[in-house]
Amino acid sequence: MTPSGTGQDVFRGRPARRRGRAFSVVGVIAIGGGLGSVARFLLASAVPVGANGFPWGTLIANLSGCFALGALMVFVLQVWPPSRYVRPFLGVGFLGGYTTFSTVAVEITRLAAPTAAVYAAVSLVAGLAAVWCGMTLARLAARIPVRRGPRKEAR
Amino acid sequence: MTLLLVFLGGAVGAPTRYLMDRLVQRWHDTVFPWGTFVVNVTGSFVLGLLTGLQPGPLVATLAGSGFCGALTTFSTFGFETMRLIEEGSFAEAALNVAGSLLLGVLAAAAGYGLAVHIL
Repeated sequence: MTPSGTGQDVFRGRPARRRGRAFSVVGVIAIGGGLGSVARFLLASAVPVGANGFPWGTLIANLSGCFALGALMVFVLQVWPPSRYVRPFLGVGFLGGYTTFSTVAVEITRLAAPTAAVYAAVSLVAGLAAVWCGMTLARLAARIPVRRGPRKEAR
Repeated sequence: MTLLLVFLGGAVGAPTRYLMDRLVQRWHDTVFPWGTFVVNVTGSFVLGLLTGLQPGPLVATLAGSGFCGALTTFSTFGFETMRLIEEGSFAEAALNVAGSLLLGVLAAAAGYGLAVHIL
């Protein structure tokens, strides 16, 4: 992380290069987002809708995406050397496109109340648990201390 | 053909989320992840609207599965909430979860209602 805030300061005085890089980052996000969306679509097509219309496809995509992003962010922020494109492509692009919030919200409005409540609760609780599992397993794999107390200075 | 439409929608939705997130994050100086919050609620409204309009399969795939699916994100929402918890910002984490869910569902219902009853 950059010492002072946003991390954009390094580019000051080099507007032309900065603009070129910003465009390429957006392009990388677009490709990742397209691929992630296709992966989610294929998964949703392959997984049958459960009893009471329970949207297993969306749930599986969101939980696996949460797990993957948790693990990825540990490696991006703490293990791998800084890279301009890994997080935009895999995190913002692919996993961002692979997981979805809008579909969850619409599905909740379409399901019968008891099913909707179960779906919402499982998505949120298991989603957070999946992020935690991904981060914890990644920290174990990279031999980083798993438990980190509250830190005021963290980003 | 269907997969190409999903890809194209996602290839527009994901960068839109990135740019909206950056724009919103520039407007505040708190730990609350307003960027993802705003994108998710907005996207839920748009998808609700789209669902109510009942477009043909082409538009539904391109704009619904592709664009809205990629515009909104569950993984970043989960990660940002977990980061708030790790940093000890429990109130913000709880507000993010409850607020995103509540406003997301309300926005989806509002979009759907707008499409069905008014448009």
